[in-house]
Amino acid sequence: MSTMQQAAMRDAFGEALLALADQYPEMTVLDADVASSTRTAKFGAVYPDRFFNLGVAEGNMVDMAAGMATCGLRPVVSTFAIFLSLKGADQIRNIIAYNNLPVILAGGYAGLSDSYDGASHQAILDIAMMRAVPNMAVILPADGIELRQALEAALVRNGPTYIRMCRNPTPVLFEGAAPLEIGKIRKLRDGADLTIAASGVPVFMAIQAAEFLAGEGISVDLLEVSTIKPMDVGALTASVRKTGRILTVEEHTVCGGMGSAVAEALAPAALGPIHMIGIEDRFTESGGYTELLAKYGISAEHIVRRGRAIVAAVAS
Amino acid sequence: MTNLIQTPSINIQQAIEEPDRLKKAALLQYFAQQFRITVFDILHEKGTGHWGGAASAAELLVALYFDAMRIRPDDPHWPDRDRLVLSKGHASCMLYTVLANRGYFPVEELSTFRQLNSKLQGHPCMHATPGVEMSTGALGHGMSVTLGMALSARLLKRDFWSYVLIGDGDLNEGQTWEAIMAAAKFRPHRMVALIDYNKVQLDGPSDVIMPMDPLDEKFRAFRWNLAPTVYDGHSVTEILKSFDWIKRQTDGPIAVIYKTHKGRGVSFMEDNAYWHGAPIDETSYINGRRELVKTLRQLETAL
Repeated sequence: MSTMQQAAMRDAFGEALLALADQYPEMTVLDADVASSTRTAKFGAVYPDRFFNLGVAEGNMVDMAAGMATCGLRPVVSTFAIFLSLKGADQIRNIIAYNNLPVILAGGYAGLSDSYDGASHQAILDIAMMRAVPNMAVILPADGIELRQALEAALVRNGPTYIRMCRNPTPVLFEGAAPLEIGKIRKLRDGADLTIAASGVPVFMAIQAAEFLAGEGISVDLLEVSTIKPMDVGALTASVRKTGRILTVEEHTVCGGMGSAVAEALAPAALGPIHMIGIEDRFTESGGYTELLAKYGISAEHIVRRGRAIVAAVAS
Repeated sequence: MTNLIQTPSINIQQAIEEPDRLKKAALLQYFAQQFRITVFDILHEKGTGHWGGAASAAELLVALYFDAMRIRPDDPHWPDRDRLVLSKGHASCMLYTVLANRGYFPVEELSTFRQLNSKLQGHPCMHATPGVEMSTGALGHGMSVTLGMALSARLLKRDFWSYVLIGDGDLNEGQTWEAIMAAAKFRPHRMVALIDYNKVQLDGPSDVIMPMDPLDEKFRAFRWNLAPTVYDGHSVTEILKSFDWIKRQTDGPIAVIYKTHKGRGVSFMEDNAYWHGAPIDETSYINGRRELVKTLRQLETAL
């Protein structure tokens, strides 16, 4: 890991908003008193008339964005993912999504990345909530480069888009790679023994794990699922048809997250066993980000262990 | 359905164009009562829907769409149109009746209210019904959405007005007060909250369920530009006076409290929480309709 360049998605988010501001003059940014944390404050400093700090009142903020969207604006709503998805849930469901309004819901500090603040601030069920809502697209960039691409794709999408972001520096993975496309899985590695599908920050762990498993003679078909909804069922099916088994890896509860979305997509074809790595239906706690992820099973080591076991079980 | 009461000598277009404010008020008072009867008929026939809140908002909705609002019913997405968000979405049947009679869609479609495949959903849906600016139904959303619209007007340098019709239940919702705070911060001057203050909610009188008084002091404390008087929300003459006051204001956000009565027009249904959403039984329908028609005839002779 130490050899990889690190950057934080929230910094990329703040910079992307600024960079895209003139190209999208109809873009407005709303935040709920966490603008200095989510980095939307940078946009607010340069474009004060297009920036709205609504205080700690998420429901009102989400619905204000809806009102703006009906008038032709392109609002980006920003706050911590846990508060956006839960305190804004009724507004997201009944106003934004029911009316299919082109609002970008930018959930920062997602997963366990607000690690020291503890369980009260960690978003572990935002994906479950967002992906259950009709009309919603759900995107999990794996680095700052994909984050900017997701933002650009969402700005021209005809409907609401949830973009989930990490607080902390994470490895830069997609410098110079083809841009993220909504609804498309990115193939990171070809293999025949096991499909690993990862989303968000755990993608770099899955890359490491796949390399390690290759050394043990296990070839991994590695998929980056940046869009959880709509799911790229074709790419998913093609991979599992080849490998016969899949392991999903996500920074979210296994109840209703990416792994569940994969299972729903693959269930009709019944191509093989589906295993999931994620938070096992429990609340989390304070701690350093990496150690916290590891304690709850989200690490390259755990992916290796589980991958190895899945393949061994089939062999026996 | 019982045939609609029609008065061939009076054209509804006349009411829109009438320059004399008092004459206009009398005409709109008449049509509000006529629409009230239409809603009563529909709700009785369908056996579903909300009479109490719809009857409460009849005069306010009629006055908005036939006087205050700059709109083009044949071009419902005209960017410079004034907006109305019906935050108390359960009054949908009255909104639909007003929109149809204003020319947004054929009056004949009103009889499809709440039916499968109808464009007239139980609660307003902006993509289903021409003229509906925002889908509502869950309470507490309207004030925020309207604030977003009003701030858009300012940012886009458009001069449209953004109105929201708020009921007692809306005032219970915390989000409404979040929006009241935010509106006071950003102060859009063409944002108007009209409070349909009938003081009866689903379970009973607001004073028992969740007291909101002193409501005027609350709005003033939140630094809104509140109309100095409480208007009679069932007198179109009074409502037009309040609109004249609104149009003279240069400081927003603006709020006006209207004293109204839930279930207005049928004596035994007025101010009675039971008639929030109860189906209208046969006896109540016959007796209630008799009262509504009697009032209509009185209004007609006054024209």
